[in-house]
Amino acid sequence: MKLHEHQAKELFRRAGLSTPRGELAAHAKEAAACFTRLGGRLAVVKAQVHAGGRGKGGGVKLVRSAQEAESAAAAILSRPLVTPQTGPEGVTVRRLLVEEGLDLRRQLYAAVLLDRASETPILMASAEGGMDIEEVAAKKPKAILREVVDPVTGLSAFRARRMAFALGVEKELVPALATVLRGLAKVFVDCDASLVEVNPLVTTGDGRVVCLDGKVTLDDNALFRHKDLAAWRDVAEEDPTEVKAGEAGLSYVKLHGNIGCLVNGAGLAMATMDVVKLHGGEPANFLDVGGGATEQQVTTAFRLILEDPSVKGILVNIFGGIMKCDVVAQGVVNAARAVGLKHPLVVRLEGTNVELGRKILKESGLAITSASDMADAARKIVEAVR
Amino acid sequence: MSILATKHTRLITQGITGSAGLFHSKGCRDYGTQVVGGVTPGRGGTKVEGFPVFDTVADAVRKTGANATMIFVPAPFAADAVEEAAEAGIQLIVCITEGIPALDETRMKRAVTAAGAHLIGPNCPGIISPGEKCKIGIMPGYIHTAGKVGVVSRSGTLTYEAVWQLSALGLGQSTCVGIGGDPVIGTTHTDALRLFEEDPGTDAILMIGEIGGSAEEEAAAFVKQHVTKPVAGFIAGATAPPGKRMGHAGAIIAGGKGTAAEKQAAMRAAGIAVALSPADLGTTLAKAVRMAKERKGAKRRPATAQPVGKPTKKAAAKPASKAKPGKPARR
Repeated sequence: MKLHEHQAKELFRRAGLSTPRGELAAHAKEAAACFTRLGGRLAVVKAQVHAGGRGKGGGVKLVRSAQEAESAAAAILSRPLVTPQTGPEGVTVRRLLVEEGLDLRRQLYAAVLLDRASETPILMASAEGGMDIEEVAAKKPKAILREVVDPVTGLSAFRARRMAFALGVEKELVPALATVLRGLAKVFVDCDASLVEVNPLVTTGDGRVVCLDGKVTLDDNALFRHKDLAAWRDVAEEDPTEVKAGEAGLSYVKLHGNIGCLVNGAGLAMATMDVVKLHGGEPANFLDVGGGATEQQVTTAFRLILEDPSVKGILVNIFGGIMKCDVVAQGVVNAARAVGLKHPLVVRLEGTNVELGRKILKESGLAITSASDMADAARKIVEAVR
Repeated sequence: MSILATKHTRLITQGITGSAGLFHSKGCRDYGTQVVGGVTPGRGGTKVEGFPVFDTVADAVRKTGANATMIFVPAPFAADAVEEAAEAGIQLIVCITEGIPALDETRMKRAVTAAGAHLIGPNCPGIISPGEKCKIGIMPGYIHTAGKVGVVSRSGTLTYEAVWQLSALGLGQSTCVGIGGDPVIGTTHTDALRLFEEDPGTDAILMIGEIGGSAEEEAAAFVKQHVTKPVAGFIAGATAPPGKRMGHAGAIIAGGKGTAAEKQAAMRAAGIAVALSPADLGTTLAKAVRMAKERKGAKRRPATAQPVGKPTKKAAAKPASKAKPGKPARR
C-alpha cells in the first residue's frame, strides 16, 4: 500500500525526525492562506499523488508569495499530472502540500528497503541526493552505499555512524544524520514497510538534518497488524477495476491490449499473457482467480474483464488441480450466460475432471471455442479478435 | 531417487484441524505419504480422520518420529509455526501459507538457517517425489509420473502445466519442488539446483522462474559453475509492465530490475535452454537432454585419445551402457 508524502512525513515525525513545516490544501485559495500562515519568504507547493517523478511533471513548484502560491496551486490542480510514472493520461491531483522553504546545503539520498538477494532489509544512501536514484545507480553504482538493517532491532548505531561519515557531511552533523538514518530504519521495521525513501534528505544552513521529501510503501501482507495505517489508504489513487478485483479476492492488473485473460495461478496467468503476445496478440489484463476460485469469483472475473471497453475477446486458461475443471466450466458457462457473451471466447481446460468440463462447455450451446493446449488457445483467440 | 521428499519422510501437518490442512493431509496420505499426525495448539490428544493431534511440534516429533512438516497455519501466525518446527528439529519444513509479512519471512528464514533445516516456501504448492510416493503439498498428485527430471519453480499452476507437458512426452519426474512466489523464500532456485545436481536419480532439470528479484540470475551463475546435467528454463512475465505486482508478492519489476529479458539472457549465457513460450516447456527440456547427449557423444571419442583423460566423478558413476537418457520415464 502506497502512502502520500504527507502521510510518510507524519510517520517520520512520530519517529522524531525533522520535516519542513507544512499544511495540506485542496484549493488554490487555501494554498495562498497556507503560505501566509507559514510566514516565510519561500514555500514549496507539492502535488500529493502516489506516482513518482512529480517534479519532472510540473507537480512541485517553488513560490515566493501568497499570490504565487495560489496560481501555482491552481495550475497543478487544473489538469491531470503527467509524470514519467503515470502514463500519458496522467493522474488527478486532489490535494497539495504547502511547505516552508529551507536554506539547503547538502542533498543526500536515503532509503530502507528489503534486499531480496541478501534476504534482509538494508539502508541505501548516497551523497548524490535530489537526483533520480536509478540514474545514479546506472551511472555511478559506487556512489550508492549500503548497510544491513536488522529486521527486529533496526539499524545499529555503529552502522548508522559509519554511513553518516561515509556520506561526507560536516563532522558536527554526523550524530544528527546517524540519528535520522536510524529513525528511518525504525519506521521501516515498526510499520512493516516495504520501502521508506527520502530524496532528498538535506542538511540546512542552521545545522539540521531534514527529510525534505518522503515516500513510504507498506507491506500489504502486514496491514492486519497496522489497522491505523491501513485506514490511510487512498483508494482514489488506485485503478478502480483493480480495487474491485481485490475486494473479490482476485488479482487483476490492467494492461493495454484487447484480449482479456482469465487464469488460475499467478505464474500461469503471466505465462498466458506471454503466449498471447508470442502469437501476435496483446493481453488486456493480468487476472489470477486463485487456486481455489468459486463459481462466484469466476463470474466476477468475467464481469471485470468485460468492463474494459478495449476487450475484444476472452481467453480462459485453467489448469485444474484441486480446483476441478467441471466446476470451472460451469462457472464460465454461468458467467457467460449472466453477463451476455458478445465477444469470442476461447477456453483451454486441462487437469482434474477435464473431460467433464469440456462436455459442459460443449453442451452449453454457447459459442465457446475449445483449445487443446496453450499455444492452440493463443492462436485461436488472436485469430478471433483480428 | 529424489530430493528432500522420500519414502522415509514422516510428515506432520501444522494446522491439521483447519479445513485446508485436513483436506490436504488426506490428499498426501492417499498419494502414499506417511502422514503421522498433526499439530493444533489446544487440540492435543484428539484425533481427526485417524491422524493423532498434538499441542506442540516438539510433542509430535517425540511421539511420532516426524521429520517433515507441512504448514497451513494462517499468515499472521505462520512464521511462528515455521520457527517452532525448526526448533523442534524438523529437517524439512514446507510452508504452504500465502500472505506472510515480508519481515516475518526474513526472521523465520534466519531461524531455519540457524537450525540447519530446509524450508520450502512459503506461498508455494509444496514438493512431490512421484517415484517415492511422497507428496507434501497441494498439487494434484496424479499428473506426475516417476522419472528422472527435476523440476523447480516459483509458481503453482504453471508447475502443473510443466509437469503435464513432461508427463505427456514420457518424461517422468524425480522431484518437483514449488519454491514459492514471495520475495523471501526458504529453498531458492540455486539450492534446488544444487540438490538436483547431487541427486543420482535426477538426469535433467527444468527451472521455471518469473519476473522480480535476481534469484534466476544467481541460479544461472550456479549452473554455469557447478551443474553438469542438462538444464532447461522458462521465465514467466515477459509481457508484465514495470512497477506492477503480478499476483505473487515477489513478481514485480522494481527500478527496472528483475525483467524477463535479463533473466533469459543470464540463463542463455549459462548454457540453459530457454523456452520462450510456456507451451514449449516439455519440448525444450527434451531438446536440452538430446543436445547434452550429442555433446557427450562428441566429447567422448576424442577423450580416449588424450593421455590425461582422467574420468570425472560423473562419468565414473554413469556407465556408458545406460540406455536412453532422453526418455528416462519409459519403463
